[in-house]
Amino acid sequence: MATNTQPQDITVSRSRLVHELKGVYTIWYRDVLRFVRDRSRIFGSLAQPLLFLFALGFGVGQLGRAGLGGLPPNVPYIVFLYPGILCMTALFTALFSAVSIVWDREFGFLREVLVAPVSRISVALGKVAGGSTIAMIQAALIMLLGPLLGVHYDFVRVVLMLLTLLLLAAVISSLGILIAARQKTMEGFQVIMQFLLLPMLFLSGAFFPLTGGGGTPALILRTVAQINPMTYGVEAMRQIALSGQLPSALFLHSPGVDVLFLLGFFVVFLVPAVLLFSKQD
Amino acid sequence: MPVIEVRDLSRKFGDFTAVNGVSFEVEQGEIIGFLGPNGAGKTTTINMLCTLLKPTGGSASVNGFDVASRQDMVRRSIGLIFQDPTLDERLTGWQNLQFHAMLYDVPAAVFESRAKELLEMVELTDKVKESVKAFSGGMKRRLEIARGLLHHPKVLFLDEPTIGLDPQTRRHIWEYLVKVRDQERLTLFLTTHYMDEAEIADRIAIIDHGDIVALDTPSKLKAMVGGDVVTLCTDDDERAQRVLAGLGVTPTKRDDGLRVEIDHGDRFIPLVLGAMSAATPPVTITSVNLRRPTLEDVFVKLTGRAIRDEEADQMESMRRSRMMRGGGRR
Repeated sequence: MATNTQPQDITVSRSRLVHELKGVYTIWYRDVLRFVRDRSRIFGSLAQPLLFLFALGFGVGQLGRAGLGGLPPNVPYIVFLYPGILCMTALFTALFSAVSIVWDREFGFLREVLVAPVSRISVALGKVAGGSTIAMIQAALIMLLGPLLGVHYDFVRVVLMLLTLLLLAAVISSLGILIAARQKTMEGFQVIMQFLLLPMLFLSGAFFPLTGGGGTPALILRTVAQINPMTYGVEAMRQIALSGQLPSALFLHSPGVDVLFLLGFFVVFLVPAVLLFSKQD
Repeated sequence: MPVIEVRDLSRKFGDFTAVNGVSFEVEQGEIIGFLGPNGAGKTTTINMLCTLLKPTGGSASVNGFDVASRQDMVRRSIGLIFQDPTLDERLTGWQNLQFHAMLYDVPAAVFESRAKELLEMVELTDKVKESVKAFSGGMKRRLEIARGLLHHPKVLFLDEPTIGLDPQTRRHIWEYLVKVRDQERLTLFLTTHYMDEAEIADRIAIIDHGDIVALDTPSKLKAMVGGDVVTLCTDDDERAQRVLAGLGVTPTKRDDGLRVEIDHGDRFIPLVLGAMSAATPPVTITSVNLRRPTLEDVFVKLTGRAIRDEEADQMESMRRSRMMRGGGRR
């Protein structure tokens, strides 16, 4: 057997950066490959957003316009809801994908990665990239429903929508890694998910405009929503997907400002996530 | 130059000292076994040598690279087989190997031929396109061995590599490993609590409470236990002990009876039987066992305790059920 075909002789001379980028790519590739291979999971995770879309969309839609202040008469509630559901899909997929790192840690595979000659920074970045990509693809499948609901697509709009989904998913994935970075067991983990996932969904304006109504409760809701990254994703997505159909009074910020907020959240979550994950025991 | 050099290596977790200043060297091509009960510090030592855990004292180098300051090079020099499988069950066997090659920068051309050669050796060539989920425990282990060797490591670390496998599969795995050692002059560093498995090692370190209490070849270690081991079961151990004292031997009382280490055990037994029946009233002997010393006896001699196999089995079944739950959750 060949004893002297040492691959390390070749790689040591290669630039460190190229090697690390390849590491990021490898981690990303594994996540995407797993996702593509698992059709049941792809279709299984479409069920939830579809349920929300139809139950809420048609159910709440029946209440009539009186309850939905600020929505123009020609925009049905389900259309208003639709961008929120796209973001919800990205939220769920990205968060679950990022925290799968805890499973991996507990049940093996992560250790194969952690002893590999790839820095943990690359591992964390690859994980964020993988989670974001999967979340974007998953939400893009829901995007196929758009034309049926009467959402008009053109090339630019589709590209902008996908980019928004990707950015939102990157924010959520980073948050997921940040939570999971030092987590050693699945216990306590479900609690975090419940206290994070559902509030992020319901306090984001995915289901209703945040600008509607006066009084203290509405004010509290609006204030809380503004520390929720999901809010900015939903706002940006809704304004891009339904541009021209909704009055700007329904939104807290313009899409450009929303995107800036998302970028800010991304940095704020990603940097500590990577640092925490790289810390060695 | 030794391929592994360890000097006063220690690791503390808070107040608990898991590894307490161990020193040893391992030569290229050697099989070294770490033997000890659960929690003795075997896995902690391996984790430090593999750069998964930082030492809190002392130093260690693998393939000439310091484990603290040259982590990247250490990682390139080693292969690892953990207690629990670390394969991605959702991917095929081949994809798992491919993934490993990408992480270790094995060029695609080298990878193909190397992977085929290794799969041939572990007899998985025709299974490799299948999803790992469908693999048996033994097949998973064999795939992990092939994967661990893909990048031509200098040292292969194996932490309880046969845990949870049936005896036949266990024997098979060791056959592969010895073959690899012979073919590639690979160093194997293994931990186990199966005594019979530890025998394949060239040298064995007996580790207890974070200390290496002995490090030598299996035969020299066994020679530390004098002669034969005779185990007696009686209806009155206390009086039996007095009778044995009269014969000039000091037995140790164990769960399975009174243990005596003595040269020429075959000649000793009739003496004991005679002395027991001559006592007033006679001590009844219910069973006598005579055997050559095992590594277990060495461990008992050095630490005063047995490597409790029940305990090990318990851990094993716990681990297995945990893995099953994990598998279900994925």
